[in-house]
Amino acid sequence: METNETRKTLLEVKDLRTYFKTDAGVVKAVDGISFKLSQGETLGIVGESGSGKSVTNLSIMRLIQSPPGKIVGGEILFEGDDILKVPESELRSIRGNKISMIFQDPMTSLNPFLKISTQMVETILLHQDMSKKEALKKSIDMLKLVGIPAAEERIHSYPHQFSGGMRQRVMIAMALSCEAKILIADEPTTALDVTIQAQILELIQELAQKLDTAVILITHDLGVVAGLCDTVCVMYAGKIVEKANTDELYARPSHPYTDGLIKSVPRLDKAQNGKLFSIEGQPPNVIDLPPCCPFHPRCSRKMEICTKQYPPVVDLGKGHEVACWLYAENKENSTDE
Amino acid sequence: MSEKEIKKPLLQVRDLKQHFPIEAGFIMKKQVGAVRAVDGISFDVNEGETLGIVGESGCGKSTTIRSISQLYTPTSGSVVYNGLDLIKAKREELLDARKNMQMIFQDPYASLDPRMTVRTIIAEPLEIYKKRRMLEPQMSKKDIEDRVEELMERVGLNRAFKNRYPHEFSGGQRQRIGIARALALNPKIILADEPVSALDVSIQSQILNLLHDLQEELGLTYLFIAHDLAVIEYISTRVAVMYLGKIMELSRSSDLYKNPLHPYTKALLSAAPIPDPVIERKRQRIILTGDVPSPNVERVGCYFYDRCPYKMEKCKTNIPPMKKVDEHHEVACWLYE
Repeated sequence: METNETRKTLLEVKDLRTYFKTDAGVVKAVDGISFKLSQGETLGIVGESGSGKSVTNLSIMRLIQSPPGKIVGGEILFEGDDILKVPESELRSIRGNKISMIFQDPMTSLNPFLKISTQMVETILLHQDMSKKEALKKSIDMLKLVGIPAAEERIHSYPHQFSGGMRQRVMIAMALSCEAKILIADEPTTALDVTIQAQILELIQELAQKLDTAVILITHDLGVVAGLCDTVCVMYAGKIVEKANTDELYARPSHPYTDGLIKSVPRLDKAQNGKLFSIEGQPPNVIDLPPCCPFHPRCSRKMEICTKQYPPVVDLGKGHEVACWLYAENKENSTDE
Repeated sequence: MSEKEIKKPLLQVRDLKQHFPIEAGFIMKKQVGAVRAVDGISFDVNEGETLGIVGESGCGKSTTIRSISQLYTPTSGSVVYNGLDLIKAKREELLDARKNMQMIFQDPYASLDPRMTVRTIIAEPLEIYKKRRMLEPQMSKKDIEDRVEELMERVGLNRAFKNRYPHEFSGGQRQRIGIARALALNPKIILADEPVSALDVSIQSQILNLLHDLQEELGLTYLFIAHDLAVIEYISTRVAVMYLGKIMELSRSSDLYKNPLHPYTKALLSAAPIPDPVIERKRQRIILTGDVPSPNVERVGCYFYDRCPYKMEKCKTNIPPMKKVDEHHEVACWLYE
């Protein structure tokens, strides 16, 4: 954490709330989350489907479709300026230029009708003052950087001529071609095989160091987070339930949900006999959640108060924050541990 | 997983090949090639065990299962269940054998008919075999009704939900419906095609535990496919590693993870992330270069030749046979000759 404090804060999300109006009621997809991202840091956001991790990042990019979605509150400060107050017409100077994004499915995020070269050059020309020729040269350099062999020829191919892993490399090349300061990677390897996943993660890590880019990595895979991230936020039902640096989180998972999540993954390095640990029950329906801890129906350590009030965020020291009543009561004792 | 007595093979697969023709021409179609999805594999599945098949996408794991259940007509080879070669069997015999061989599918959203109630879905196999008069003993309407309720209870669904439709359930619950349907006919062997890969981590462990319990209670045999190595290690007695339609290594699950022999298995194991940051940072990864080659070409050498870090001259022109290195461990690699 010390290193992060000395580094400049790039992005600060304060009490962000993104709601969706549906016929069945208001979906509080993201409900009051806050975090900071420093230069060169890799932040992981972990959660199950429907926990609001993707919506968080779409909100940062202001890509929430409205209606039905709406960012109803909070601030997103990028280098001190609130992105939410930037007029629509100026958003393009932020998207791609300062914050860029790679998506989960490399099969659908490239236009199948256009050559890779057209798509990459278009991106660069939109954001940077360059001639077409220079842009093409830059594209080829980027493709080389992400390890595409024979980039000079391959750039003139169509997306279907590339494999899934190669397409994800192209996406990364495009995302980094405008020297964005923050790269948001939304489940970048979920659609890929393990051996390809290892290649892509290695690449993201290497490029982030080389270009000093901050990375927000969204994933459901706890293994990916362990290898790549400096800090981790665990999300559940639209809220951050625990936030800590990676080592701390895995060594001392404090929220019962985080603890259960880490325990319920079968581990390669430890042979298990008998049963896996499992969190009983189903993830909650996020429509009209009651104002209490959303995890309490599945929690093994729930108390009376959990069913009545949302727990406050407690700092366990060293930036380890947890939203759970277990720690709220004996706040004095828990910091001594 | 659990202690086994003397095992006898329940299912024997010998030199199974499944090629899909590639056709050209519009009116006068002719075959110009073949996708060699499964290209000569042999293995036994013993009674009461779980044989896991692991591999990347496109390696032929799902095709293997479909060829075994005769959803495709295999190109050549034999699949012997209980002394009966299913490929040459008459329709009546095949139907009878299939009663003992049921499938669970990957996508719990696509594998249940949205217009059928849970009751109809689970009762469907029973109804079909009742109509064919192949149920022993014959079941009355009431018997079927009772059986549905019993099955629902067994897989952890409330029997009051009998008349609901699949869209009213979450992913994990749908997978439970799929499992109940597979159990309806009291099968001996269950072919599970990635049953947990579409589920969230906390739900995944619930389903794995359920499958584990069912095996112990009902003495089921599983042929279990997954791409997640940790899941395979947890559930399997023995594991087969597939690559490009061939089995590369076959061994007891504990041996495979402690002592992988084939270079591909080694790479696969080292690429899988482990949810522990301390271990993860220290690990030495074998990163394979390139992608999986096309399965359309006939190969004369080792199928892994293009990506193998240890390739030798011999590998280029000779296909390595499966070689027993010890009683329970077989590998197809010239390094162990």
